[in-house]
Amino acid sequence: MSSITRRRALGVAAGAAGAVTVLAQAGPAAASAPRAAAPAADSDPASFDEVYQGRRIQGGPAHGGGHHGGHHTGGYSVTIDGQELHVMRNADGTWISVINHYEPVATPRALARAAVRELQGAPLVPLTLG
Amino acid sequence: MTVRKNQATLTADEKRRFVAALLELKRSGRYDTFVTTHNAFIMSDTDDGDRVGHRSPSFLPWHRRFLLEFEEALKSVDATVTLPYWDWTADRTSRSSLWAPDFLGGTGRARDGQVTDGPFARAGGRWPIGVRVDGRDYLRRDLGAGGRQLPTRAEVDSVLAMETYDTAPWNSASDGFRNHLEGWRGVNLHNRVHVWVGGQMATGVSPNDPVFWLHHAFVDKLWADWQARHPRSAYLPAAGTRNVVDLHDTMRPWNDVTPADMLDHTPHYTFDTAA
Repeated sequence: MSSITRRRALGVAAGAAGAVTVLAQAGPAAASAPRAAAPAADSDPASFDEVYQGRRIQGGPAHGGGHHGGHHTGGYSVTIDGQELHVMRNADGTWISVINHYEPVATPRALARAAVRELQGAPLVPLTLG
Repeated sequence: MTVRKNQATLTADEKRRFVAALLELKRSGRYDTFVTTHNAFIMSDTDDGDRVGHRSPSFLPWHRRFLLEFEEALKSVDATVTLPYWDWTADRTSRSSLWAPDFLGGTGRARDGQVTDGPFARAGGRWPIGVRVDGRDYLRRDLGAGGRQLPTRAEVDSVLAMETYDTAPWNSASDGFRNHLEGWRGVNLHNRVHVWVGGQMATGVSPNDPVFWLHHAFVDKLWADWQARHPRSAYLPAAGTRNVVDLHDTMRPWNDVTPADMLDHTPHYTFDTAA
């Protein structure tokens, strides 16, 4: 991956050690620190809004309450025809969604497009955490 | 004593009983509660937050406990039934007997991915997809789509050779056996199989496809194989880890079982081959 995660970015900013070393040595306390220290959207990808295979896909910073439950998206929201696609960002900066949960892709836009292909025209149904 | 067998070795009667028990759990509504539980965990387990079922050290003990609960449910329908496992390094094409109409049925048709043969096909009316993330209420698959390949035995062996169970930061970025078996890093074993099957198996509601249990029964067996190979390697982390289930922490949703309780599978079942 070419994208830089917050953890790596902070590791570099901290100066002393290379990012890889910081990542390798990161214990639980270190791993949890950057989330609190970094602004929520500092490394979020750009917003997008396009029609892909006949469906409108949008992505960008979530409006308050616009996404359910998790802060794990970094406040980033993706919709297909206005219906939210549950997305998640991996530690290495890649993304997955509830439609493609086991195959990370590089960007939220690629994730939305993959979901559109997988849906073959079917609507998303509202999601709830059980 | 419960013996989990390679699916390729099941008799016609064993297949028939396994399928009948699945259909009864579905009919009674119990099956879908397992799908709901899995999806809730897969949506809430995050790399920088609380994580229990996936992308964390407890991926293996959590799924061992989840499969035990499901196997108990099957046995309550038919006490002779146990979970078979699918060795996807050996039975690695859509022509495997696993996908025959007398067992799980085959791949989906091109137009909409719908599985059209076997006990779980829409036409049979006995396998509605109730817990779903999109509007489609029928089982879908796309076995080996795009020329994807299942992991090879050599790839499995390369992961079994890893001595360390798991490493900080205890998530999808980790080195070590657990994350390489789970597949977020390296040659990719478990995740890749979900993707190879396609359809619901590639989504958060993957237990909608009965092959979920056979896949995870083999992942579980690989954990046992790894333990046999590395008797001095322990579950990690041991204690005091934020957001992560340590060796003696209880796991949601049961709250009465720890990874330590799940390390030895033999009180619960054995395999048809020595681990």
